[in-house]
Amino acid sequence: MPPIVDPQKCNGCKGRKETLCEEICPGDLMAFNPETGKAYLRASRDCWDCMSCVKVCPRGALEIRIPYQLGYHKASLRPIMGKNKITWKCRDIFGKEATYSFETRKPSS
Amino acid sequence: MSRMPTAHAIDFALKDVSDVETVEVTADLLIIGGGNAGCFVATEAAKINPGIRTIIAEKADIRRSGACAAGMDAINTYIPKGKTPEDLVRWSRAQVGGGPLREDLALSNAREINECVEDLERWGVPVLRDADGNASYRGKWDISIHGEQLKPIMAEKMLESGADVYNRVAVTALLVNDGRCAGAMGFGVRDGRFYIFRARATVVSTGGAGTLYKSYTADATDSGSQIWMCPYCVGSGYAMGFRQGAELTSLEQRWVATRSKDFCGPIDTISVGYKSAIINARGEHVMDRYKELGGDAAPRYIRANAPMEEWLAGRGPCYCDTTHLSPEAAKGLLVDYLNERPSFVLFLASRGQDITKEPIEIYGSDPYIVGGHTGSGFWVDINRMTTLPGLFAAGETAGGTPNKFVGGCAAEGKLAARGAIAWMRDIPLPALDDAQIAAEKQRVYAPLLRREEDGVSPLEMKERLQRLMDEYAGGSSQYYRTNEERLDYALRHIKMLQSQFAYLRAHDLHELMQAHETMDRVDVAEAVVHHLKARRETRWQGWQTRSDYPERDDIHFDCFVESHRDPATGVVTTFTRPYEQLLPGDRYKA
Repeated sequence: MPPIVDPQKCNGCKGRKETLCEEICPGDLMAFNPETGKAYLRASRDCWDCMSCVKVCPRGALEIRIPYQLGYHKASLRPIMGKNKITWKCRDIFGKEATYSFETRKPSS
Repeated sequence: MSRMPTAHAIDFALKDVSDVETVEVTADLLIIGGGNAGCFVATEAAKINPGIRTIIAEKADIRRSGACAAGMDAINTYIPKGKTPEDLVRWSRAQVGGGPLREDLALSNAREINECVEDLERWGVPVLRDADGNASYRGKWDISIHGEQLKPIMAEKMLESGADVYNRVAVTALLVNDGRCAGAMGFGVRDGRFYIFRARATVVSTGGAGTLYKSYTADATDSGSQIWMCPYCVGSGYAMGFRQGAELTSLEQRWVATRSKDFCGPIDTISVGYKSAIINARGEHVMDRYKELGGDAAPRYIRANAPMEEWLAGRGPCYCDTTHLSPEAAKGLLVDYLNERPSFVLFLASRGQDITKEPIEIYGSDPYIVGGHTGSGFWVDINRMTTLPGLFAAGETAGGTPNKFVGGCAAEGKLAARGAIAWMRDIPLPALDDAQIAAEKQRVYAPLLRREEDGVSPLEMKERLQRLMDEYAGGSSQYYRTNEERLDYALRHIKMLQSQFAYLRAHDLHELMQAHETMDRVDVAEAVVHHLKARRETRWQGWQTRSDYPERDDIHFDCFVESHRDPATGVVTTFTRPYEQLLPGDRYKA
């Protein structure tokens, strides 16, 4: 069922020729609906769950969910992208929370 | 630097192919596929000759395309102090059951590999090092990295190299003139234009082919592409070269790996790195059964196949036993996953699973054709030129060299760049063949022109192929086994699918890309089945298991299996090439 677009948060990357999620998706799966002004996922079964779209969205409007056939309702995993680090917040189906934070880039030499 | 702008996909109500706008671009060097290998082709080419005009054609966006899109948690091959490139090749040889492998290619890759990893580190990829500056080894050769930004960093370097990057252009065919590669053709997935890239030399670095086989999780759920390999690498590079007569090698050496069950995440290197044994339903150490083959260090195909043999013998399910891990070690393991396959952490959370209390369940993956992992790909010379002059291969597309992984694919990118630049020195810009271009343009847009007619969707044909390959050509549902009769059955139906390409229809540009991906899959699958048929023995159980020839037959098959497709007739023939052992010693031991 990945990824879900939150219509309250998504603004269709107003002013851009392409939404950021549409630009980045390696499967060409994210698209823009001119009627709603929001991004949408074309084909959920083709998603690899790589989370590139989730990482690139500046408004946190995208969330991936494991298909129910594989995992239960409902857990969440959200990245917070820093300049040289990433923080992941995870919540499992029982409400147990965990945070992981680590460096993703060193200043290049 | 120049990144060609992209935009929302146009509404493309095409009526006639003459309405399509054609864009012709000329370059010295064309790189098809801007992934890991393609990045190193571009940066090396710029280093050798900053004046060279390079084009990268990429069907996605180079910042998150190819197998590294989601990130990477390790570099599997980095030669530690005290070891040599020869040692790495000996290990690689033992990991594929003594070969055959191209030791000449493997050695040349191994000699470049550390420099490539250090390039990545200089570019900003965090390589975990101890207080003395030594890389942190998980196993014999693999080091830990924090590679979440690996692909965006590579993309920055591609742009800095000065290459012109055409994102969202799907290449569909090579241009061939006077028996040599003259560039390639394709279409814009967003703008619908027809692109002609004319080049003096071409490197194909499109990655491997996942998605030829049905994944066991692809059962009409939202997880049709829930495989370990990047599902958008469908073998287009193999297909476009094969259709033009470039020789393929070792496609029967399919990559099958032990992966986490129900959500394909990496397992085997993690199992080694965190000393988490593979156990069966009874808690027995599975690899103890393979002691004479090295136990936990047994060849890769043995380790991949072992859990499936347990299932078959009634001793499944199997697990990677993480229950002894301390909370800190478990957290480290989850961070590794977040760097490479973040959604696996979400999967565990969706199962409510604490891996220190409940072990990670494992299973065999569907088979992939990935020449960065096994030896599948184009037969290339030492300069990485395929048997089609002017066409070079790097990374997953270049055959004969298993166990390249990230570092080896990068190394091969450099070698292919050097080879291509040396070769093009005396080569003028090739002329264009108008008839060839017109025919390809017609072929490219045909599914879109048929959009209102009754026909077959790209998804339907993909799934027909995947089920056929799974059941008849040794997929996971058959515990990777196949035989002559099943392979003949598969070939008959592949021919049927090829004869039905004319019924494919696409409603938009995205579906048009899928139509071409599906045709590429079918053509690569045909080659795979021919290779499986030609190797009448079982050399790598799991990777290649023939129920009708269950033993290894060194008298006839201690050699490479090759295939060639006649570009004029489409007839595929197979033959063998001898294996040359360059490094003396026991081939079965590292």
